[in-house]
Amino acid sequence: MSQEIASSGWGRFRASSADFLHRKGVMGFLFTLPADIILLLLLAYPFVLGIWLSFTNTIIGRSGSFVGLSNYISLFHSNIFWLTAFNTVFYTCVAVFFKLILGFGLAIILNQDFKGKGLIRAIVLLPWIVPTALSAIAFWWIFDSNFSCINWLLLKIGLLKTPIDFLGNTINARLSVVLVNIWRGIPFFTIGLMAGLQTINQSLYEAADIDGATPWVKFKSITLPLIMPLLSVITTFSIIWTFADFQLIWILTRGGPDNATHIFGTLSFQRAIAGGHLGEGAAISAFIFPVLFISVLITSKYLKREN
Amino acid sequence: MKQKAWTKFLRFYLPLGLFLLFLLFPFYWMFATTFKSDAELYNLKLNPFLIHHWSLVNLKHLFYQTPFLRWLWNTFFVAITSTLISLSTSLLAAYGIQRIRFKGSSMMGIGIFFCYLVPPTILFIPLATMVFKLHLWDSLWALSLIYPTFLIPFCTWLLMGYFNSIPKELEECAMMDGASRMWIFWRVIIPLSLPGILSAGIFAFTLSWNEYLYALTFISTSLKKTVSVGLVTELVRGDIYHWGPLMAGALFGSVPVALVYSFFVEYYVAGITGALKE
Repeated sequence: MSQEIASSGWGRFRASSADFLHRKGVMGFLFTLPADIILLLLLAYPFVLGIWLSFTNTIIGRSGSFVGLSNYISLFHSNIFWLTAFNTVFYTCVAVFFKLILGFGLAIILNQDFKGKGLIRAIVLLPWIVPTALSAIAFWWIFDSNFSCINWLLLKIGLLKTPIDFLGNTINARLSVVLVNIWRGIPFFTIGLMAGLQTINQSLYEAADIDGATPWVKFKSITLPLIMPLLSVITTFSIIWTFADFQLIWILTRGGPDNATHIFGTLSFQRAIAGGHLGEGAAISAFIFPVLFISVLITSKYLKREN
Repeated sequence: MKQKAWTKFLRFYLPLGLFLLFLLFPFYWMFATTFKSDAELYNLKLNPFLIHHWSLVNLKHLFYQTPFLRWLWNTFFVAITSTLISLSTSLLAAYGIQRIRFKGSSMMGIGIFFCYLVPPTILFIPLATMVFKLHLWDSLWALSLIYPTFLIPFCTWLLMGYFNSIPKELEECAMMDGASRMWIFWRVIIPLSLPGILSAGIFAFTLSWNEYLYALTFISTSLKKTVSVGLVTELVRGDIYHWGPLMAGALFGSVPVALVYSFFVEYYVAGITGALKE
């Protein structure tokens, strides 16, 4: 296509010294250059640098030397690392599952026509808009060991005899951080899926009604298949974001108690920035790569289909 | 008829109400805590869900005893500069990829999209060493330059979708008249895509306002911190949590983005859905 135009009359007409600049390849290259420079320098280069660092013993303030796989080997011998790997998978699976179910449910509710729909839809997005670090502070206070309002309510109405220690014991802390992640992630699923639901042709449902289909059958055989591509992309995004999460857990628990809520992001921050061991930290964050790789594969499948 | 109202309630209003309660309660809790005095906050005999005596003592603490306004300004500065950098470069890139259609342009489009999937958690360590070498450690400019790495992919993708909706004939006419690419870009494309530019800009602004990991890693001086980082480091001292001022800070740190968002909510929703549909 580009060749065609360049060699047509229009292209020859401009055959001058400026011709070079006006060739499509050169022109396109120049337009994308500023973005390319920033992304190459501050994204692609650090991406590679991070892999290199994971093979070195670099410490903050001192450049390290190549140590081969020794960072990885010491991680494999560390219980904290394996616990972190478990926590990351647990956190991702449970949170994404509930975000998907609840987000989809809310999308279906909001997809009906009712008064104040625009306003409700706008309000529903708030957990997604507001800085996560700040809402995490609010949850930190909601989960406070002495003054939790949830405990106050449950004790008052007699559902509890002793207060729940939300962030103080391992199982509760894990569930609490998952809950906050779900809270934050529902709106993304809801708004994304609502957009998909609106594109479904209503006549399909009308035809199904004539055939006497139940709501479940309509959902299973019309809604779900048609929304599947979009749902897959949204879920993939959510998986990579949740797997590589950091701020929410760092504020609520800092990975504690007893490393029960450490995920790859928080452990690598603790080792690299708080502890100064950049090489070891880089090795920990390298374990995010496989999930990143899989999400790239999945999204590219759908991108190609669209094209 | 009565039966129908009940099913409507059970199927629609009840679940919707529960969702709203769950999603909005933390904001109410920030608000309620902000306007209570310590005496009321730590009195378990009082119903914590109500404000019994309104008090401004937490706001006084936040605004007079912490550099909160300075943090707001820092966050604002970084959000504006990184948004401007990202918008201008993304506009050019999106136009180049979507409209000039040179060899490899679609590959480049997909490549830029994948950049959006790369999470900050795998970049912050190498970036920390780079920031140090570039003498940008503890400087807000480090954030202004690094935030575009996640803003550009998003904005470019969104704007590509938008440019796609502008009829090609407009450009071809201008080209027939001998207009240059730059002229067309500036005089035809930009004015026609203002709504798209606006949603990309709002998105970029909220995304950088919300960033936490880079700001936590690269900034160490209290006066240079952003809101989310500054609050926790200044208002939690060892075991002492100043919950009142903390909640006031969370509330007032959220208000600017919530305001920007509320004015342009349609563009914002269009942004998410547009980016997903592409």
